[in-house]
Amino acid sequence: MEIISPTEFAKEKIQAVQEFSLLAGRSISNLFRTPRYLADTIQQADLIGVGSLPIVAGAGFSIGAALALNSANTLQRFGSLSLLGQLVSLGMVRELGPVLTGLMVAGRNASGMASELGSMTVTEQIEAMRALGTDPVKKLVTPRVVSTVVMLFFLTILADLFGLLGGAAFSVMTFGIDWHQYWSTAWQILVFQDVLMGLTKPVLFGFIIATVGCYYGMTARGGTQGVGRATTQSVVVSSLLIIVVDLFATRLLMSLFAYH
Amino acid sequence: MFENVSIAFEGKTVLNEISFALPRGETKAIFGVAGSGKSTILKLALGLIKPDSGRIWVLGSEVTAMAEEELYDLRRRIGMVFQESALFDSLNVRDNVAFRLLEEGNVTEEEVEKPVHEVLSFVELEHTMDLFPSELSGGMRRRVAIARAIITHPEVLLYDSPTGGLDPVTSTTIIELIVKQRDVSKTSALMVTHRLQDAFMMATHYFDTKTGALKELPAGERGEVPMSFLILREGKIIFDGDRHELATCADPYIREYIS
Repeated sequence: MEIISPTEFAKEKIQAVQEFSLLAGRSISNLFRTPRYLADTIQQADLIGVGSLPIVAGAGFSIGAALALNSANTLQRFGSLSLLGQLVSLGMVRELGPVLTGLMVAGRNASGMASELGSMTVTEQIEAMRALGTDPVKKLVTPRVVSTVVMLFFLTILADLFGLLGGAAFSVMTFGIDWHQYWSTAWQILVFQDVLMGLTKPVLFGFIIATVGCYYGMTARGGTQGVGRATTQSVVVSSLLIIVVDLFATRLLMSLFAYH
Repeated sequence: MFENVSIAFEGKTVLNEISFALPRGETKAIFGVAGSGKSTILKLALGLIKPDSGRIWVLGSEVTAMAEEELYDLRRRIGMVFQESALFDSLNVRDNVAFRLLEEGNVTEEEVEKPVHEVLSFVELEHTMDLFPSELSGGMRRRVAIARAIITHPEVLLYDSPTGGLDPVTSTTIIELIVKQRDVSKTSALMVTHRLQDAFMMATHYFDTKTGALKELPAGERGEVPMSFLILREGKIIFDGDRHELATCADPYIREYIS
């Protein structure tokens, strides 16, 4: 392994952050410039959204059920088992739904974007695209960013729903909670701010997933090994960013919505 | 036109104050050992990379002073054939060749099909329309890359080792296509190559439109075809001239290079 000086290391990292910020900025500014590549955006939305449906639904159901099982144990001690629907509902909508969906889609799609664009980069296809007069950021990155943000929004709603279903199934079957009671309490506890918070996060996470995946793909170096490295890094960095951004976003949104 | 262009990668100077011009309609073959900066010249001409110093003009525009957004319009007037073809592996031959036309938008199916058929018949690959790049041989990929580069009738063509790694028969086919493009369309071109015999063939043959084949120039004639040679050594241009000047050059390095 090559040893580099701390100064060089810091320079490299700062340059990487700068390049990432430029790419992220251009992916947004391209929305206001033609051409807009609607067909590419729809194709990506199909790949990201429809392709992720089964895993998001399955993971949502399981985590909702697990949340119900874990919470029931605590609630039973206080004789408040009837609050189970509320707890699952708040937990899924505000926190687990967006984060879980973000992590699932990051694992599936950030890696896919990094490997696809990485392969194109190392085989000079990205350079060829520039040589043919097409902006690769406009053609490849912006459609992926738009479709990931939009699809993650809807996938999160779906994950929330399946999470509530999982919670309901186990609440009824294991703890004998009335089905209607579960749903009415789960519904009543939610206020507009909860839903808004739960649906603001996927917009941020979608942007992180697509820009990180595309950045690592577009900067891949060193043949197939480089593509493999880019793929791994994209998943690690996007997952980590989702968790960190979730913390700050939660804090910020709670302040904005005056949660106490 | 390159004027005092220098570029270094990771502290190593690759091109050092080089200057040369490519007259309209001429093909210039660029030689040099591996790592001498031949492909870098093509990338600089397209504005894919920026030099550390010096200025570059292409088709009257100063590439070195243009922003990336402005360069896209200029690049649409230039064709480039990459060393490894760089075809889009998720698109079939038709879509690869039609890429530029489709990107320009507002084109009907007919407006795309006709030129695609024309350029694919120019490179004699009409039958590969629905195949993907992975299903083609190296020579066929190179010919598709030429078709993709010429579909919009560019004013300048850049070839990066178009015959590299190909067998002699396929190489001759590629050179015939390049000569055909030079003599029929009168396109200016820069051609990076390791194969001296390819460039000499281009300098001694012309495309006969009547017979549709290459013909050798009568012995003793000079300046008949617009073809020149440029040799790089250690970041400098050590030769820039036609085949007769090259043949009579006394520089021992060049003598050894062409022997």
